[in-house]
Amino acid sequence: MTHSHLPEQGPSGGATRRPPPPPPGRTFDWREALAPSLISIVSIVVVFGAMAWVITSAEQWPRIKLQFFNIDAMVAAFPRVLQGFWINMSIWLIVLACILFLGIALAVIRSLRAPWFAPFRLMVILYIDLFRGLPVLLLVLLFGFGIPALNLPGLPSSSLFWGAVAMVLSYSAYVCEIYRSGIDAVHEGQWAAAKSLGLTEWQTMIYTILPQALRNVLPAMMNIVVALQKDVALLSIIGVRDAVREAQIYTASTFNYSSLIVAAGLFLLATIPMARLADYVTQRDRARRLQIGG
Amino acid sequence: MPRVQLFEVTKYFGDNLVLDQVDLSVAQHEVVCLIGASGSGKSTLLRCINRLVKADYGDICLDDVPVTDERFGKVGLHKRIGIVFQSYNLFPHLTVLDNLTLAPRKVHGKSKKEAEAQALAQLDRFGMGSFAKAYPEQLSGGQQQRVAFVRALMNKPDVLLLDEVTAALDPELVGEVLGIIKELKAQGMTMIIVTHEMGFARDVADRVCFLEGGRILEEGDPHQMFSAPQHERTRAFLDRIIEAGRL
Repeated sequence: MTHSHLPEQGPSGGATRRPPPPPPGRTFDWREALAPSLISIVSIVVVFGAMAWVITSAEQWPRIKLQFFNIDAMVAAFPRVLQGFWINMSIWLIVLACILFLGIALAVIRSLRAPWFAPFRLMVILYIDLFRGLPVLLLVLLFGFGIPALNLPGLPSSSLFWGAVAMVLSYSAYVCEIYRSGIDAVHEGQWAAAKSLGLTEWQTMIYTILPQALRNVLPAMMNIVVALQKDVALLSIIGVRDAVREAQIYTASTFNYSSLIVAAGLFLLATIPMARLADYVTQRDRARRLQIGG
Repeated sequence: MPRVQLFEVTKYFGDNLVLDQVDLSVAQHEVVCLIGASGSGKSTLLRCINRLVKADYGDICLDDVPVTDERFGKVGLHKRIGIVFQSYNLFPHLTVLDNLTLAPRKVHGKSKKEAEAQALAQLDRFGMGSFAKAYPEQLSGGQQQRVAFVRALMNKPDVLLLDEVTAALDPELVGEVLGIIKELKAQGMTMIIVTHEMGFARDVADRVCFLEGGRILEEGDPHQMFSAPQHERTRAFLDRIIEAGRL
């Protein structure tokens, strides 16, 4: 190769024709980077400042402040509410695991096409119609109070257990439908390819369809995980001593509501990181899809 | 002795007649190309042969045994008949190597080691040895289709069905896939090929069948068929192809 600096000879010039250099990389511009953050900070301060001003200027504010934002009461209530919050988190994890598993099992049954699956498919559809059609709160009450009262031999009689079962049954119906949409979104050609290789319908589902479906539904599932994290508090109405229940007990004995604010803070502490994680997962998934699509 | 035989195969999609009493016989080592407009039933015919689509009426035999025969079991038929699709249909969540070894391991009970050794040898043969650990989306269309060929050949099938295998490829990649088909023909593979590449069909086919409305309207020697089609419809179809600059 020669590195001569002959003048350009046009398209037919051959070896001496050189492309222009790549454009300079974008330099970091303080104004460009600062302006958006400044605008957001200012607008946050203005909006929330105005709200704070409206609230604190209310005639009853000093009384509310004493009852809801009493630092001493918060400190006093904190250990009990935190203890309850750990119960929330453990129920959340256990219930979540059950939901993810039951949901996938139901979705697989509903998606298999072999004729002898028909009765099972029908049962799943009935199940979904039933449990999606009833409010979770109502299910928790019915299960939490009703089933222990039946005194069934050999079955646990704790309200916590049956309330959690109600949560699992209700959420699984939704989760099943999410999984199923993910399964349906896998291209028909994947079934054809697997079948042509001799895989049974079950093997096709396990080895080819389900792994792709799980990837499809991950963002939607993260949403459910966040929703469940706070809905576990519904169990407080059947007497489970979770964060909300503990806060209420404190409120009932002292006539001070600051414990509720403590519980609210703890929930936010747990759900906001999960929501950020969900966003991150969704965004990464989107990037992956665009890359494939492009 | 015919390897594949179809007797009056009929298929409806709903009320729509897609295949109308099709008879076809393919000898061992023979390469048959199915041509015809979209919707003429070519792909459905192909898929009936390996039972991806179940024919409503008629019989399909492989070596004189009906493909519905119990002797094939659930797996035997797919071991004997391979298929390659237009859109490759590789499993996107699996590496090239796992795409190739899935069926041998899970369906045919081979050990991981044995299946992988065979897969790597086949990949090398098709010039894809260095892509074993890649995922399908990291490959070009031509490379993906080559992997799909290797996957279909892993079970050493007796018959290979090709369903418009070049239709999704960029023009400059078509050649490498057509090269594979020619090589397979040279090795004596029995193939039934649905294609829109008329020039290729003329070169590689022992026999060409023109389908329209779910029937084989005309079949015969490719050179005779493309230069002097007997049927008026065949002539009209080929004229349209020539007009479009595809022959």
